[in-house]
Amino acid sequence: MTSNGRFPPGESLHTFVVYVEDKPGVLNRVASLFRRRNFNIESLTVGHTEQPGISRMTIAMRANDDVAKRVVANLYKLVNVLRVENVTALPSVVRDLALVKVQADPATRAEVIQVCDVFRARAVDVTPQSLIVEITGTEDKIDGLLEVLKPFGILEMVRTGRVAMTRGTAAPGDSHDSAAAELPNSPAG
Amino acid sequence: MKRKGAQIIWEVLAQEGVEVVFGYPGGAILPAYDAMLDYPVRHVLVRHEQGAAHMADGFARASGRVGVAMATSGPGATNLVTGIATAMMDSSPIVCITGQVPSAAIGSDAFQETDITGVTLPVTKHNYLVTAVEDIAPTMREAFHIARTGRPGPVLVDISKDAQLASTDYQPDGGPVRLRGYRPDLRALPEEYERAIELISAAERPLILAGHGVMMSGAMRALLDFVERAQIPVAMTLLGIGGFPASHPLNLGMMGMHGEAWVNYAIQEADLLLAFGMRFDDRVTGNLKTYALHAKKIHVEIDPSEINKNVPVEVGLVGDLRETLETLLPHVPEKRHAAWLSFIDGLKGDAAVRDIQGLPDNGHLYAAHVINDLWRKTKGEALVVTDVGQHQMWEAQYYRHERPFTLITSGGLGTMGFALPAAIGARFARPDDEIWVVVGDGGFQMTQAELSTCAQEGIKVNVAIINNGYLGMVRQWQEFFYERRYAATPLRNPDFLKLADAHGLAGLRVERREQVEAAVDWARRTPGTVVVDFRVEQEDIVYPMVPAGADLHAMIRRPSPIVESALD
Repeated sequence: MTSNGRFPPGESLHTFVVYVEDKPGVLNRVASLFRRRNFNIESLTVGHTEQPGISRMTIAMRANDDVAKRVVANLYKLVNVLRVENVTALPSVVRDLALVKVQADPATRAEVIQVCDVFRARAVDVTPQSLIVEITGTEDKIDGLLEVLKPFGILEMVRTGRVAMTRGTAAPGDSHDSAAAELPNSPAG
Repeated sequence: MKRKGAQIIWEVLAQEGVEVVFGYPGGAILPAYDAMLDYPVRHVLVRHEQGAAHMADGFARASGRVGVAMATSGPGATNLVTGIATAMMDSSPIVCITGQVPSAAIGSDAFQETDITGVTLPVTKHNYLVTAVEDIAPTMREAFHIARTGRPGPVLVDISKDAQLASTDYQPDGGPVRLRGYRPDLRALPEEYERAIELISAAERPLILAGHGVMMSGAMRALLDFVERAQIPVAMTLLGIGGFPASHPLNLGMMGMHGEAWVNYAIQEADLLLAFGMRFDDRVTGNLKTYALHAKKIHVEIDPSEINKNVPVEVGLVGDLRETLETLLPHVPEKRHAAWLSFIDGLKGDAAVRDIQGLPDNGHLYAAHVINDLWRKTKGEALVVTDVGQHQMWEAQYYRHERPFTLITSGGLGTMGFALPAAIGARFARPDDEIWVVVGDGGFQMTQAELSTCAQEGIKVNVAIINNGYLGMVRQWQEFFYERRYAATPLRNPDFLKLADAHGLAGLRVERREQVEAAVDWARRTPGTVVVDFRVEQEDIVYPMVPAGADLHAMIRRPSPIVESALD
């Protein structure tokens, strides 16, 4: 991912996939680490994985490459962190989900739905005066939809923040090579 | 066998080889204290929980083993925090066990409830809240494992009262601790070693920066072998002192804000810095933009997150320092750096004429004299525990440590009040060694209540109060940078000899230099903890000084020829 102009020179948006033990307080440890080290989180999502007892976080942050490496090293210092991948430069699928409540009376409803179709968004709730629109996609795509919905009147909006998954068959957990690449050094033995 | 949680705490402590615990009882930890009476452990009753954490820290630093502190919930636990943060900053392995309110009451703002795992999250290596009796033993074993391995550090285990009171079937588990997400045994890759060797071979003006890691990894011998083979001079961080013999011709002394001038100049002139178990603290580097600009850097460090944190390096070798040095050694070229060493010698000559030791005895007692005479009388072999401030820097400059683990001091956090409790902890680690507390009059008063602990436990440490009637280092900053406006730095002190006397301890006042050696002799032969009140020059200054954030070579030097600002 390259800098899109929102960031200072040298900084870009980095996306980390972090596997953590599913234990109380782990989210707090990760969030506290970012706060304490003055790393800025753009978004953080957390949820279950295919493996019981392991949660997966997707963390987006702006940083230069050196800081991004230190983020990985610092995350590994947390005892409950099992694995960290900086997927920024890897081919991956990145998605954000948004629910948008838009003003839409019978006069404008058709137009709103038409706009949504263009973005492959869909209406999931309708009232006489509003619609709830669900959209999944990259942040750019969602930003684009919001831009065109704005004139209709956005009443409420919520976004999940990005989740990411690398492309290809191998799950990151299948191999330790990529972990070694992220750490300054490979684990012994 | 059936055991209560409170008993399991002591079972595991015994299994971990813990013989002494520093602590203070209270409601939520009472079950553990009650169970303690049936176990052969020495408990040291402190006067404030901060002291317990510092004692555990001092014990750890003096022994190389894990120190243990115990406290109750709420204020007992929060009082530990300064000591935990101190241990964190200096990578000292301690385990703190705190009682917590019963699990059903957690979150209800119960009496003496504090979220101590939340409070200590940023100042512990790891911490735990245990609310089930079955979890006590495995958690405590993990805590010791984490505290002592990798880059050591403090671990806190908060145990709810109901977990202490509940019973379970307990079987000691002697197996290795396995933690999926914890990897303390990182090693550098072969190609990184090769790059390091290339840089070392090519260097003409190399310099080793030796830190705390030398002693933490037991790399003293490996460092000596490395230095003697490669003939590379060594500069020490404050916490590195003792890791390399002071009298060795290639030991240049301390670097940094109050380091030797020739060391800081040498760093700025070097073409290769070999950073061994140190972390480029701001007190060591000064302005990063102008730091060692001519030097390539090799950083050997056990904590990957330290590499490229403050100073970008050409080669980062992650791993245990001793192993790394032993791996490097056979490949390091035997080389003379004659021109470089004689250049540094030239820098030394300039500094020597400014040394306060050259000052004739003019009737004034300088702290540097006290330290120097203490060093001479103890042949540099005492264990010195310092507090924080001017006296700490003078100790580092004038007490020449020949052996490892003979200086214990709060470096990273700079915790005033550290010295006396840390020395008490060290006493239990080193029952036969001569121990001196070198402490300012300000810092001493922060934890002087622990004199009672000395008296109650019947232990001996020699307390040298470097008493200048000021918070001396702060006053020095005010003198240099705040137009001598001495805001809140003059101290009206109690009579420290009466204070000692109130504890049944002996005290002595020293006001002239010729009394110093006799006072040291007196302290050594007087049984029990003694307090020596050295009334030193009030407005003395630690030279040289790199002002905070200034270039490392931009030191404020002692005026030459010697003119003491404090002289009449």
